[in-house]
Amino acid sequence: MRYVIPLLLALACIPLLSPPDYFIHLGVTVLLTAVAGTGWAMMGRYGLVSFGHGAFLGIGAYTMALLWNMAGLSPWIGIPVAVGLAALVGVMLGYPCFRLKVVGHYFALVTLAAGEIVRILITALREHTGGSLGMTPDRVPADQAFLAMQFDKAGFWWLALLAWAGGLLAWWLLDRSMASKALAAISEDEEAAASIGIRVTREKLRVTVISTALAALAGALTAQYRMYLNPESLAGLGISLQIVFGAIAGGMYAPLGPTVGAIITIGLEEGLRIAFGTEFTGGAPLIYGILLVLFMIYLPRGIVGIVERKRRSAAAPLGLPVAAK
Amino acid sequence: MDPFLLEAIVNGILLGGVFALPALGLNLVFGVVDVVWLCYAELVMVGMYAVWFLYTQLGWPLPLAFGACLPVVALLGVLLHLLVVRPLLAAPPINQVLATGGVLFLLQGAMTLIFRTDFRSLGVDMPPMEVGEIFVSGTKLAAFCAALLGAAVLWAFLKFTYVGTAIRAIARDREVMPLMGVDPQRIYLIASAVGGALAGLAACLLVVQLDVHPFVGLSFGPITFMICVMGGLGNMLGGFLAAFLMGIIVSVGGFWGTTEFSYVVAFGFFIVTIFARPRGLFAR
Repeated sequence: MRYVIPLLLALACIPLLSPPDYFIHLGVTVLLTAVAGTGWAMMGRYGLVSFGHGAFLGIGAYTMALLWNMAGLSPWIGIPVAVGLAALVGVMLGYPCFRLKVVGHYFALVTLAAGEIVRILITALREHTGGSLGMTPDRVPADQAFLAMQFDKAGFWWLALLAWAGGLLAWWLLDRSMASKALAAISEDEEAAASIGIRVTREKLRVTVISTALAALAGALTAQYRMYLNPESLAGLGISLQIVFGAIAGGMYAPLGPTVGAIITIGLEEGLRIAFGTEFTGGAPLIYGILLVLFMIYLPRGIVGIVERKRRSAAAPLGLPVAAK
Repeated sequence: MDPFLLEAIVNGILLGGVFALPALGLNLVFGVVDVVWLCYAELVMVGMYAVWFLYTQLGWPLPLAFGACLPVVALLGVLLHLLVVRPLLAAPPINQVLATGGVLFLLQGAMTLIFRTDFRSLGVDMPPMEVGEIFVSGTKLAAFCAALLGAAVLWAFLKFTYVGTAIRAIARDREVMPLMGVDPQRIYLIASAVGGALAGLAACLLVVQLDVHPFVGLSFGPITFMICVMGGLGNMLGGFLAAFLMGIIVSVGGFWGTTEFSYVVAFGFFIVTIFARPRGLFAR
C-alpha cells in the first residue's frame, strides 16, 4: 500500500508532460480493461467464476448512453444509475444462484446464459440501441463538454485512473475485512463455512455487488471514452472470456494481477496490430488462446501470483485455493 | 391448429435434431472425461470450414467432403484431449474449462488468419416439400434425418460394442473400471475422438444451413451448453430430449416474436430450469 499513493500521483501527472495521444489512449484502455478485470477477479478468486461479466459492461454502457440520448441525463448522473442497475441485476441473478447452491460449472453456464441474454436484448432493441451496428452518444458543443463528460484524452486518463484506484481500494478494503476470510472459507467448503455461522448467500452477494458494479463502471467509461457502443464489444461470450483471460494471465489472487493482465492483453493486441497491420487479423486471439492454455497448465496463479509466491515463500502464505471446485 | 404454428413446431423439432448432435458429443465427453469442452462449437466451426474448403475450393464432391470432415474433426478432438485436457486432468474443473476456453480463442483466431472474416456459403439448397398444409425445408429435413441416424449409430456403438460398454462403465465409476482392466486413458482418447466426430457430423448438417465465418460458433455454442446442462451434464438421453425442447422453444418463440426474442425466451427458460432442477430436467 505504501507505494500505491506515490504511484497514483506519478500516473496522474503523466498528461501534464503532454505525451503523444497514442500513449494516453493505450493508458486509458489498459486502465479501463484493468477495472473490468479487477471486478471479475473479485468473484473469480473465491471460486465464483462468471462467464457473463460482459453483460455488466453492457448494462453499464447502454444504460448510461440511453439515459443521455433519450432523456438528456448527463453521464455524471447516468453512470452511477447504470452502476446501480448493474449491481441490482447482479443481485437478482446471484441471489437464486447462491440460495439454490448453483456452483462450479453450473454457475459458469448460468452466467454465460445471462451474458448472452443481455447481448441479444441489446441487439433486439435496435430501435433504441442501434442493434449490432452500435450507437454513438450525442455530442455537445465544447462549452458544455464537462457537464456531458466529453473530455479530451487527458480528462479520461484521470477518470480512468480514479476508477482503477477505486477498484484497488475496494480490493484492499475487502482483503482487510472478515468478509475476505469468510469468502475464502466458502470457496473451500460451503457447508463447513455455513456450519460455523458464515452467511454464505450474504457474503457472496456482497462480493457480487462490488464485482458487477466495477464491471459496469468500466463498461460505461469505455463507452463514453470511445463515444461508440456495440453489443459485440460490450456484452456476450467473446468479451466475457477476454475479461477472464486478462485476469487469469495477470493473476487473479493479487490486487495488481488483473492490471498486469490488461497490460498483456492490450499490449499483445496493439503490438500485433502495429507489427503486422491488418494482415495479421486473428493473430491476437490465436496467441491469447495459446497463452491461456499454457497459463492454465503451467501458471494457474498468473504472472503476479508467481512473483508474490516467490516473495513470501518463507512466510506461510494465506491458504487460498488454486481455484475452487 | 393454425398451420403456421404447426409449421413452427415442426421446424422446432427439425432444429432440435441439429442441436442434439453437439449436445450428445459434449455430454459424451463430459460424462467420460469429466471435462466441459468450452470450444465445442468452434470444433464444429472448423468442420464447417473443412467442408466448405474441400467442396468449393478443391472441388471435391459433397459426400466426399462430408466424409472427410468427420475424421478431421475427430482428430482435432484427439489433439485437444492430448495437448490440453490430459495435462489438466488432475486440475480443478474451472481451470480445465478455462483452458478449453483458450482453445476457443485459438481456433477463432486461426480461422480468421486463414480464411479472413468473410461469410462463406456452400451454395447448396434442397427444394422445400409440402406436407399436408405446411412447407418443410428439404435441407432441414435431410439434416434432421442425418442427425437421428448419427444418434442411432452412437447409441448402437455404446450399447453393442466392447469399447462402448467400457465407455458407459467408466462414465458410471471411474475408480473401479481401471481395476477391471480398462485403461482409462485409452477410453478418454476414444471418447474424445467420438465427441470430435459428432462435432464433425454436426458441422456437415450446419454448413448447408448457415454461412461459415470464424465467429459462427458463438451463434449456436451457448445454446448447446444450455441444452446439455438442462438435460443434466453427462446424461445423454436427457441432453437429446432437451435439444428438441429447446428447438421447439426457439422456433415457436420466433413464431410469436422476433428470432432474438425467441433466444431470450430460451435462455431465460434455461436459467429458470437450473433454479428449479439444478441437476437437469431429467435427473432422477
